Amino acid sequence: MTRASLRHLTAPIIDGNPITLQILGICSALAVTTSLATSLTMAAALTFTAATACLLVSLLRNHIPSSIRLVVQITIIASLVIVIDQFLRAYAYGMSQRLSIFVGLIITNCVVLGRAEGFAMRNPPLPAFLDGLGNGLGYSLILIVVGTVRELLGTGRLLGFPVLPTVEAGGWFQPLGLMLLAPSAFFIIAMLIWVLRTWKPEQIEEPEFRLRTGRTGGPA
Amino acid sequence: MIDLFQRSILEENLALVFFLGMCTFLAVSRRLETAVGVGAALIVVQTVTVPANYLVQTFLLTEGAWAWAGLPEVDLTFLRFMVFIGVIAAVVQILEMTLDRYAPALHGALGIFLPLLAVHCAILGGSLFMVERRYDFAESVVYGVGSGIGWALAIVTFAAIRERLRYSDIPAGLQGLGAAFIVTGLMSMGFSAFVGVQLP
Repeated sequence: MTRASLRHLTAPIIDGNPITLQILGICSALAVTTSLATSLTMAAALTFTAATACLLVSLLRNHIPSSIRLVVQITIIASLVIVIDQFLRAYAYGMSQRLSIFVGLIITNCVVLGRAEGFAMRNPPLPAFLDGLGNGLGYSLILIVVGTVRELLGTGRLLGFPVLPTVEAGGWFQPLGLMLLAPSAFFIIAMLIWVLRTWKPEQIEEPEFRLRTGRTGGPA
Repeated sequence: MIDLFQRSILEENLALVFFLGMCTFLAVSRRLETAVGVGAALIVVQTVTVPANYLVQTFLLTEGAWAWAGLPEVDLTFLRFMVFIGVIAAVVQILEMTLDRYAPALHGALGIFLPLLAVHCAILGGSLFMVERRYDFAESVVYGVGSGIGWALAIVTFAAIRERLRYSDIPAGLQGLGAAFIVTGLMSMGFSAFVGVQLP
């Protein structure tokens, strides 16, 4: 694999992460992260959809009339999601119940459609596939981190196995109930963004208004 | 019914409890006027699409829906995602044309937001929740209106907070998206206080 094509795969993981930088795909990302198992399933489903959809869109890109391109893209994505949904129902029914409607919401997930429209429509199949895979992995990374933090601190378990001994089981760890509720997902993502932008300062957004400090004073 | 209405607005708020439509929620909440526009458009679209998808689900997709045509064992529920997306896109298109023809002023205000809502998690999510929770037709109308109002309420409040947030001194790394997430988290905590509210 050449350096350039490797770049398509790795760039979206940290430098152009779909969730923390591009504000894509947050919709269905947060609700499934209450436990690591659901996060992993969702991450795998989304990575598969993004990579395959980008590949298919890119293969068909010269045959799609531009006036109906969104419809074609949505149809491709929806078909893939139907396959995943049927697969989960057949082989992991319990998991499909826990994910409830969020498997279906991969269709409206902006990561998939955004990369299909923004990248795959204009690039040959291999870079498009790698870009889809990379964005899927970037999304998965955030999902797995958030899922791990929430399950570990919320219940003291990981993937259902006890890791931190909880108070009820005679240990020292008091589970944080807040971690299992909706607000904690927002806080964890905000902290992740903060950490990531401290590490990579070029991702920091410019404030809309600069605060005037006392020393410089006066109209700037 | 009133209970369902109240629950869909506050307790099961689509944006703050189920995280639906977050991309739009964060992207178009910089100004209060645009937030009001998107919110209003979403209420209209949600009110139409949830009952429309109920009818499609009941009369076209469920097992046995084609019995009148001599096909009693046809079960098309696996096509649900694709059909719902199609219905939503069609409803948005029809709504846009109808508003353009009969209410140009309203079209001017809402028009630019309508295409945005054709592929929107909150709208598809509303329809999927309607199926999953087995609402009947009347309930699906109430749920459509209520969840739309809930989402609009959340984005308008959020935009109002964000307009004030501009003047605050935020650490560089949290500027923009990070602060938006924290505010949404706090709002979500506020809304979780409505859990268990019972109207008389």
